[in-house]
Amino acid sequence: MVEAIGSVRPPSPGLKILRALLVVGAVMATLWLGLGVLRDPNVFSGLGPTASKLGQALLALTLGVGGIWALFYAGNVIVESLPGRATAFLRPYLFVLPAVVVVGVYLVYPTVGTVVESFSDVPEGADPLTNYRAAFSNADVLQAIRNNLIWLLVAPAVSVGIGLAFAALVDRIRREAVAKAFVFLPLAVSFVGASVIWRFMYAWKPAGQPQIGVLNAIWVSAGGVLVDLGILAEVEPVAWLQVIPWNTLALIAIMVWLQVGLAMVILSAAIKGVPPELTEAARIDGASELQSFFRITVPSIRGSILTVYTTIAIAVLKIFDIIFVTTGGNFDTSVVAVRMYQEMFRFRNFGQATTMAVILLIAVLPIMLINIRNLRRQGIGA
Amino acid sequence: MTTATTKLKAARGHHAGWLVKLTVLLIVAVWTIPSLGLLTNSFRTSVDSSTTGWWTSLINPVSTEWTLANYNRVLTSGGLFDALINSLIVTIPSTIIPITLAAFAAFGFAWLKFRGRSLLFGLMVGLIVVPLQLALVPMLQIYQSAGLTGSFLGIWLAHTGFGLPLAVFLLYNFISQLPKDIFESAYIDGASPFTAFTRLVLPLSVPALASFAILQFLWVWNDFLVSLVFLGTSSNVAVLTIELASIVGSRGEAFHLLTAAAFVSMVIPLIVFLALQRYFVRGLLAGSVKG
Repeated sequence: MVEAIGSVRPPSPGLKILRALLVVGAVMATLWLGLGVLRDPNVFSGLGPTASKLGQALLALTLGVGGIWALFYAGNVIVESLPGRATAFLRPYLFVLPAVVVVGVYLVYPTVGTVVESFSDVPEGADPLTNYRAAFSNADVLQAIRNNLIWLLVAPAVSVGIGLAFAALVDRIRREAVAKAFVFLPLAVSFVGASVIWRFMYAWKPAGQPQIGVLNAIWVSAGGVLVDLGILAEVEPVAWLQVIPWNTLALIAIMVWLQVGLAMVILSAAIKGVPPELTEAARIDGASELQSFFRITVPSIRGSILTVYTTIAIAVLKIFDIIFVTTGGNFDTSVVAVRMYQEMFRFRNFGQATTMAVILLIAVLPIMLINIRNLRRQGIGA
Repeated sequence: MTTATTKLKAARGHHAGWLVKLTVLLIVAVWTIPSLGLLTNSFRTSVDSSTTGWWTSLINPVSTEWTLANYNRVLTSGGLFDALINSLIVTIPSTIIPITLAAFAAFGFAWLKFRGRSLLFGLMVGLIVVPLQLALVPMLQIYQSAGLTGSFLGIWLAHTGFGLPLAVFLLYNFISQLPKDIFESAYIDGASPFTAFTRLVLPLSVPALASFAILQFLWVWNDFLVSLVFLGTSSNVAVLTIELASIVGSRGEAFHLLTAAAFVSMVIPLIVFLALQRYFVRGLLAGSVKG
C-alpha cells in the first residue's frame, strides 16, 4: 500500500497551483450552493412530505459529512502545491488549526466574552459589579444556587455510593453481565426521556381514584395498611414534584437513576483490576470481608472513585433538562442553569444570564486546573 | 458469564449469600421498573392508561386490550416523525465532523513538530470541563446576526465546537501510542503526512474513533439545551428531545401518548448502545470528564 503511494510522480509546480485553485474553488462553490439549498425547507416539497423530508436529510448528510472531508482535501492540495519550505512549515497547522479555530470560536471567545459581558452589560455609568450585586440580592437566584449545592452534595455521592456497592456485590454473583446490563441501560436515555419516565413514576391522582404512578400506588397501599391497623388516621396521595423541599430530592433521584450506570461500569472495571492477592492476604490476617473491602479495595481504586465523582459533579453543576422539563423551575426547584435560560429568553437580560454562567465557571475552575496539572505531570503535550 | 470466571469466583471464595443476591435483585428492580412502566404503558389504551396502573396490564396480560394506536397517533398526527428525521440530520454530521477535525488535530499534536504545540494542547484539555453555558450568550448573539439560528449548519458547528476538546484528548491518547516505525517507513517510501494519516493512522485508530463516535452520537442525540438555544422549536428543524418536551408541556397528563413518544425518542440510541456497547465502555473508561 505504502509503495503505491510513493510511486506517484509529482506534476510541475505551475500545474499543481492551478489544480489546487480549481479544487478549492469547486469545493467552496459546492458547499455554498448546497448549504443555500438546505436553508429552504420547501426545496423538495414537490415530492410529498415524507420524501421531501428524506431528500432534505440525504442532502444534509452528504453536505455535512462530505463537506468536512472535501475541505481537508482542498487544504492539503493548497499546502502541497506551495514551495517546499512553506509546505513543511504550514503542514502541521493544516492538521491542528481547523480544530483549534473551531474551539477558539465556540469555547474560548465566548467564555471570555461571557466574563466580560457579566461586568460590562450594566446600565450606563453603573458600577461593573452591578450584575453580581443584583444576583446575590435576588432571592430566586440565591434559591437556585442553594439548590445547585444540594444537587452537588447529594447526586454525585449517592450515585458513586450505589454504583460502588452494586459493582462490588455483582462481582460475586453468577449472572453478573445480565444484572449489570439492567443498571447500565439508562445511560442511553436522554435527560428529557428520563424526565418523562419519572414523571410517570411520580404521577398523582386525587385520593379515592386508582393511582397510576408507581410511587403513589405503593404509598397509598402501604399507608392503607397502616390506616387499617389504626396507626395512621388517613393517607393522601403525594404530588412528589410539588412538595417543597422534597421535590428537589425527587428530581435528584432521576439524575442518580441515570448516572449509577456510569459509576458502576468504571468502578467495576477498577475493582477487577485490584490484585486478588491483596484482599486474600487481608482475609488471611483475619479481616472481615467488609474490612477488606473498605481498607484494601476502596483505597486501591481511589483514583477511579475520584474520576467518577468529578464527572458526575460537573454534570450536576450544569443540570438543566431534568428541571426544565419536569417543573420548569417552579415549586422552589430552580437551579443556576435554569435561571440562566430564563434570564436569556424570558427576561432578555443578558447581563444577568452571563453572571449565572460565570458562577458555573468559577465552580469548575479547580477541576480544570487539576486536569491541566495532571497532564503536565504525565508529560503529555510538553 | 463463562464457567471459567464462575470457577475463578468460587476459587476466590466469593460465594454470594442470600443478602448479596437480594440487594442486587432490589437494585436491578428499581433500575428496571421505570423503563418497564414506560414501555408497557405505551401499548395500553388511553382509558386504561388514565384509570389503572400499568402493572395491572402485566398482571392480567390476556384480558388487557393491547394497542399500537398511541404510536400511530404520535408518529402521524404530531411532529414526531419529522423530529426523528431532524434528529438524524443533526446527529450524524455532528458526530462525523468533530471526529474528523479531532483525528487530524490529534495526529498533528502527537506526531508533527510545530510552535505552540504544548500551549494549544493544554488549552484543549483545559476546555474539556468548561460548561457549555459559558458559550450560550455570546454565540447566540453571533448566530442571530449571522442568521445561523435554526439552521442545520449552525447546530452541526455548535455540537462540533462543544465536543471537540474531549474528542482531541481521547484520540490523542490513542494515536500518540501508535508505533513510530510505521510512519517512518511510509515517509521513506515518499508518502506525505496527509497520506500517512488517511491510509495508516485512520484505519489503525478505528477502535478509538468508534469509542468517541458512540459517546458523541449519544450526547448529541440526547442533547436538549444546545438544540433549544441554537436550533429552536419550529417543526422543520425541531429534534426529538425538543418535540418530546413540547408534548410534556401540551399533553402532560396524556401518559399513553407521552410514553409512546418517549419510547420513539429512545429507540435509536438504545440500538446503537446495545450494538456497540463494547466500544462505549472503552470510551467511558478512557475519558469520562466532560463539561
